[in-house]
Amino acid sequence: MALNRKIAYIDLDTETITLEPIPMEWRRKFIGGRGMDAYLLYNHTRGGCDPLGPDNVVVISAGLLGGTLASSGSRTHIAAKSPLTNLLGSASMGGFFAPEMRWAGIDHFVIRGRANRPVYIYARDGKIEIRDADHLWGGGVHDTRAIICKDLGDEETQIMCIGPAGENLVRYASVMTGRKDAGARTGMGAVLGSKNLKAVACRGTMEIQISNPEEALEYNKEAIDQVISSKASQNMQRWGTNFMFGITNTTGLVRTRNFQYNQLPNSEELEAENLDNYSIGMDACFGCQVHCRHRYLIKEGEFAGTYAVGPDYTSQGAFGAEVGCRSINTALVGNHLVNDYGIDTLEIGSMIAWAMELYEKGIITEKDTDGLRLEWGNDAAVIEMIKQVAFRKGLGDILAEGPLRAASRLGPDSMKYLMQIKGMSNTNTDERAAPALALNIAVSSRGPDQLRGIPAIDLYNLPMEVLDRIYRQPDGYDGPLTNSFSAYEGKARMVMWQEMCYMAVESLGICKYHTVFLSPNHLAFDEFSRLVQLNTGLEFSAMDLWECANRSYTIERLFNLREGLTRADDWLPDRYFDEPTRLGLPGVRGKRIDRDRFKAMLDEYYQLHEWDESGTPTTQLLERLGISDLWPSAQT
Amino acid sequence: MGKKIMIVDPEKCTGCRNCELVCSVKHNGVSNPSLARIHIVKWDNANPYIPMRCQHCEDAPCMAVCPREAIYRNEELDSVNINHDLCIGCKLCVAACPFGAMRWNARRGRVFKCDLCHGDPQCVRFCDTKAVDYVETSKLGSDRMREAAVNYAELTRRYV
Repeated sequence: MALNRKIAYIDLDTETITLEPIPMEWRRKFIGGRGMDAYLLYNHTRGGCDPLGPDNVVVISAGLLGGTLASSGSRTHIAAKSPLTNLLGSASMGGFFAPEMRWAGIDHFVIRGRANRPVYIYARDGKIEIRDADHLWGGGVHDTRAIICKDLGDEETQIMCIGPAGENLVRYASVMTGRKDAGARTGMGAVLGSKNLKAVACRGTMEIQISNPEEALEYNKEAIDQVISSKASQNMQRWGTNFMFGITNTTGLVRTRNFQYNQLPNSEELEAENLDNYSIGMDACFGCQVHCRHRYLIKEGEFAGTYAVGPDYTSQGAFGAEVGCRSINTALVGNHLVNDYGIDTLEIGSMIAWAMELYEKGIITEKDTDGLRLEWGNDAAVIEMIKQVAFRKGLGDILAEGPLRAASRLGPDSMKYLMQIKGMSNTNTDERAAPALALNIAVSSRGPDQLRGIPAIDLYNLPMEVLDRIYRQPDGYDGPLTNSFSAYEGKARMVMWQEMCYMAVESLGICKYHTVFLSPNHLAFDEFSRLVQLNTGLEFSAMDLWECANRSYTIERLFNLREGLTRADDWLPDRYFDEPTRLGLPGVRGKRIDRDRFKAMLDEYYQLHEWDESGTPTTQLLERLGISDLWPSAQT
Repeated sequence: MGKKIMIVDPEKCTGCRNCELVCSVKHNGVSNPSLARIHIVKWDNANPYIPMRCQHCEDAPCMAVCPREAIYRNEELDSVNINHDLCIGCKLCVAACPFGAMRWNARRGRVFKCDLCHGDPQCVRFCDTKAVDYVETSKLGSDRMREAAVNYAELTRRYV
């Protein structure tokens, strides 16, 4: 069955491995994937633990629909306390690792302790062993995956691993499950590095019983057709996520030169169409017909002839607009390097852009950069800084510490140029013209980016009937909604709904591109309910899934509160309020966020979540969700 | 309607392995690529991904080595099929297949291979790019011919 997968508890101190079944009560309450990870992480760590110490716990999971006939049941989730933010660490990635975990019989790894030498974990058909990784230590992601497959004599082995950045405890190191499948936000790679855990390898031939195979096949076809009939999907199939860059940059929604501009003019070379000169075909994650990435060959420079996959939209920003570069080659090389070294592309692009602004303002000089001219558009300097961060050389050693720690080393003047929230840098987007998007990055449970609660379709100014159909379900919300992206009213609900939707999606282990993210016509709670029923036989109504997502999201909030998060952490950098946008279409030019109206939005958002003014979940909410035992002050 | 055959176009394959998934669900009611009758051979380099499955050979080695004539040609579908009532499980066909397309299900103790889903191959149905396709023999190559002709026409217009 899909439900007989196990939790593997692994202690690297004692090298003990215990396999436990997943209680049905947990399934009913947390579904699986990210939702169950939140619960496991909360229970297996204590507040204030050292994120790079043996007491931190890393949870790796497949979702309830991983490997089943749910379109793109491919996603792996990883959670731990973040060494970047000291709050919730959480990232999800595509590829083929999660289905292979399930064929190997495992739904969750819960790993604590620290191995006394480099090791990797190998799970095969319900059996798990800890193996030496001495010969892998120091290796890049791509070599590591190849060597493990060779060692095990099985090319079909799926591997999650870290690169040099994770070993060197770069605080935003990623874990990788493929050539571009990155669990990159919040520094999970550094947590693996701190545990001397180079990789987790899985290989399985254990079947996942499909509850109703005939109907599941038919419904899967329907669901796939629904997803790939949208214009957003068809653009992704052809151009990858890169298709967005031309649109957002023209509009003026792209963070440029750190945060000085919201558009990079004359950047046609970075646009998706140009990738055709490098692409050798499209690449997909498990079971996915959207196949949103390119396989490509680098043509110029030091890495000419190198095969890579990507680059996605964020790399066009990180190694393009943010650092003022207009060379597609820089984006292609940068994408390859961060994936091989195992670093978050968003975070490193942002850190380099910040350093460039400090260099421009004279806060750092060539003395700090060992002579490197950190000027906007200096392609070679961007590539050099990626290497320096991964191997912690020179200025890279400081930037590897992440925004707040790096700023404390470079002096108080550097602080105001940081584009960070909760200690993590923002993505390559500029949200000053779109309050709903700004709210999402301010409140997201893992820090700012587009993948936790962005109501991206708010930018489309859709007819109200469409928004009503989506955002009033499944709980019958009857408060305000608006369809102008410049508005502040009616947006808190959209952010909260997306948070619940993405939590449900990541608990099921399917991809966000198949839900209401870039298209209003993709799958949502009703469709999820049917997919769960046909594939697993479990009955979850749309409302049940909503409540599960709410429960897990609330636990993520409790985790952050236990680590000392306050309302002040749900707030934007001052530049959002003080510096109006300078470029773009008339609707986005001259825009900034209004402090008072943003505060009102935040209040509304807390109320919708049933959190009090300080952002703490109310006793009534915790009782209704059946998790008041997790929060001592809620017990009366 | 003319006879159809299954063809692959590696250039269109995105490596998603949905074909493996739907194949194992269709035939076994489970998700398990090790039971799938089609398999995508992938590599971590610039080579295209290759869908591999039974070629339904005209002069099939599996059929030739079978001591019990348990492997036969289905004239209607032009496919190579297994008669499990005659099969003794000797696995000579597994060894004989040059493509590795004859598989062994250890749990059920029997060989298995592509049966074209009795004329409606699910791998083809679910492959959006049609990297695996099931086409009438009379139309074989006509798409590629047309594509090549378009290029030819453009070149001709430009240079002649």
